[in-house]
Amino acid sequence: MPAVENTIVICAGGACISAGEISVKESLESTLKEYALDEVVQVVETGCMGACDLGPIMVIYPEGIFYQKLNSENVKKIVEEHLLKGRVVKEFLYTGPAGEVKEKPQEELPFFKKQVKIATRNLGVVDPLSIEEYIARDGYFALTKVIKELSPDKVIEELKKSGLRGRGGAGFPTGLKWEFAKKAESNVKYVICNADEGDPGAFMDRAILEGDPHTVVEAMTIAAYTIGATKGFIYVRAEYPLAIERFSHALETAREYGFLGKNILGTDFSFDIEVRIGAGAFVCGEETALINSIEGKRGIPRVKPPYPAQKGLWNKPTLINNVETYANIPPIILHGGDWFSQFGVEGSRGTKVFALAGKVNNTGLVEVPMGITLRELIYEIGGGVPGGKKLKAVQTGGPSGGCIPEKHIDTPITYDTLKELGTIIGSGGMIVMDEDDCMVDVAKFFLEFTVEESCGQCTPCRDGTKRMLEILERITDGEGTEEDLEKLKELGEHIMKTSLCGLGQTAPQPVLSTMRYFWDEYEAHVKEKRCPAKKCKELTRIVIDKEKCVGCTACARVCPVDAISGSVRNPHEIDSEICTRCGSCLEVCRFGAISKVSP
Amino acid sequence: MSFEEVKNTVKKIYEQVKSENLEERDNLINILHAIQEHYGNYIPLEAAEVLKELTGRPLSEIYEVLTFYTMFSTDKRGKYIIRVCKSLPCHVTGGAAVLKSLKDVLGIDYGQTTEDGLFTLEESSCLGLCGVSPVMLINDEAYGNLTPEKVRKIIEEIKEKERSGVK
Repeated sequence: MPAVENTIVICAGGACISAGEISVKESLESTLKEYALDEVVQVVETGCMGACDLGPIMVIYPEGIFYQKLNSENVKKIVEEHLLKGRVVKEFLYTGPAGEVKEKPQEELPFFKKQVKIATRNLGVVDPLSIEEYIARDGYFALTKVIKELSPDKVIEELKKSGLRGRGGAGFPTGLKWEFAKKAESNVKYVICNADEGDPGAFMDRAILEGDPHTVVEAMTIAAYTIGATKGFIYVRAEYPLAIERFSHALETAREYGFLGKNILGTDFSFDIEVRIGAGAFVCGEETALINSIEGKRGIPRVKPPYPAQKGLWNKPTLINNVETYANIPPIILHGGDWFSQFGVEGSRGTKVFALAGKVNNTGLVEVPMGITLRELIYEIGGGVPGGKKLKAVQTGGPSGGCIPEKHIDTPITYDTLKELGTIIGSGGMIVMDEDDCMVDVAKFFLEFTVEESCGQCTPCRDGTKRMLEILERITDGEGTEEDLEKLKELGEHIMKTSLCGLGQTAPQPVLSTMRYFWDEYEAHVKEKRCPAKKCKELTRIVIDKEKCVGCTACARVCPVDAISGSVRNPHEIDSEICTRCGSCLEVCRFGAISKVSP
Repeated sequence: MSFEEVKNTVKKIYEQVKSENLEERDNLINILHAIQEHYGNYIPLEAAEVLKELTGRPLSEIYEVLTFYTMFSTDKRGKYIIRVCKSLPCHVTGGAAVLKSLKDVLGIDYGQTTEDGLFTLEESSCLGLCGVSPVMLINDEAYGNLTPEKVRKIIEEIKEKERSGVK
């Protein structure tokens, strides 16, 4: 068999797949065959490389040339030019906003260079279906070290030293959590992995499960050894079929290799993991609701205390962590708690994976040391806001979080600083918004989500959020009063104080936070019946400037509701009664004659 | 479909799921997923009666679970379930226009099924593909970077596939 000359690593993360990775891979493989290169060129699918906006992506080694935005056609050309003739195909390389072309952006761009990868260390590097590749990257070494050398107390000590805090949202110190679960007395204990990632805008857990499932298997097994559990569950949302598939595969191979199941690594220690699939309920991300769901019940939260570490699954002591938290465990065990705590800042140690989404040039996943500023994250790593628009705010923490306005973007990101700003790190979603986004609309959007997802168990959350939404709808419809603003605030504060679980207690946060920083926008909606971002339909009209309109009829032809009238070469007019503000006409007008106005 | 048929099917699935899982207790949700898959996107109400007998749990509890989770349906749904992400990252990157074109091309609203029984439109919370928003999931397949034109094309392709499959 001839030796492999090139390895092509192709990103098979969820985002690249949805952008067409499968047809790219098929075309790549058939072209390689066509030129009889299939024996000397190896194609490896990896997990998410992080740069979702560039996808589908592949990197050709040994040179490390990075090709982006692939499709089944251009990949053929790359085989013919790059592999056959040794010429890099410039037109499919990374091209920056200023037109600069880079062969190896992964070594040059801040998006890649500024990252410190711990939890996501194997993403885009290993084949998620290969346990050998995971082992080659020190996989299962931490488990071996724990079983052969470390006492459970020593594991907990290292975790405490590391300063790792839960990455799922609440930020509870992980070492302490493990200690509680270990100290709880019971002959049966459970380990759970919360993979019910649901915060809009957060997708790191999905990427880890799809790209490096073994790290979670290894970490859960370490956890079981530490606290004395023999059974574990991973609760994955049904919306993530690929994650379920790859994780299930990892379980099977880990069992074959003796890292899971009976007598792990030839010792007395036995532990196994079972996959439980959600069925579409955001509230199941709350740990006690998740436990109820594993028990085959409705996913409604329980009253705390008792905490799961005392009474969890089937009322037995249960350790529950989220995916990203687990992904940090093997490196901490291998390199020590002190190593991990060198990254980050006091109170927020280590790195955090952030998901950049919304109005930002480089969308995707980045892992950076805690304490980085939003400016670095959005402008250096994220490449700024597209279209030269002005950054308005960044939403963090999903429906439990709030907005950070542009004026605070030099704040370092830590658990504590974000709390002071009225939001949370949450699970790490960062939704970037620009001047075209209306903050009242954003608040309304999250409330719609909460109303939909409230489990209905306690009144403040079930009814309170609904009333808040009604008020917000009045405001965006131009029927709000100043009294409504007061009511909104008061109601929000009550809901936070009186709801049963974390979701209800934080549900008003997106509203209160936008009221805190964008009060003038709320007032404009209420007092002047005006939407400054020209987003709210009822407060906005689309008009044609008669001076600029040449009567080309493009707008009238594209209007889906026939709201535009006028004859050829004469200025057109929009009937606001019929117009749905869809904006189709704005996009087609080549003379800049159409604009949105809010009185 | 008779009650006898549902009874036998559900019983078989129940035993199957029980034997596959490590933990036999309370795997109701996994069983419901399996039943739904068997019947193609829905769970016949009679299944709850059968599960009552098999699990020994009150019927009310089984209904509770069956109706709590948005992914379970007791109504027949289309062959293709389209789940459109309605979360903020998709919203700020043009999700509303995508949704509108989807509703237009299918001629249905949320929760409805097309007359030919092919498509059911549902809303979904975040699908975790925010890097390529707006996004939708059709059965298990995700589609990203959507535009109204792309949506029309995807739906047309599925329809075309179905038409040629029938021949």
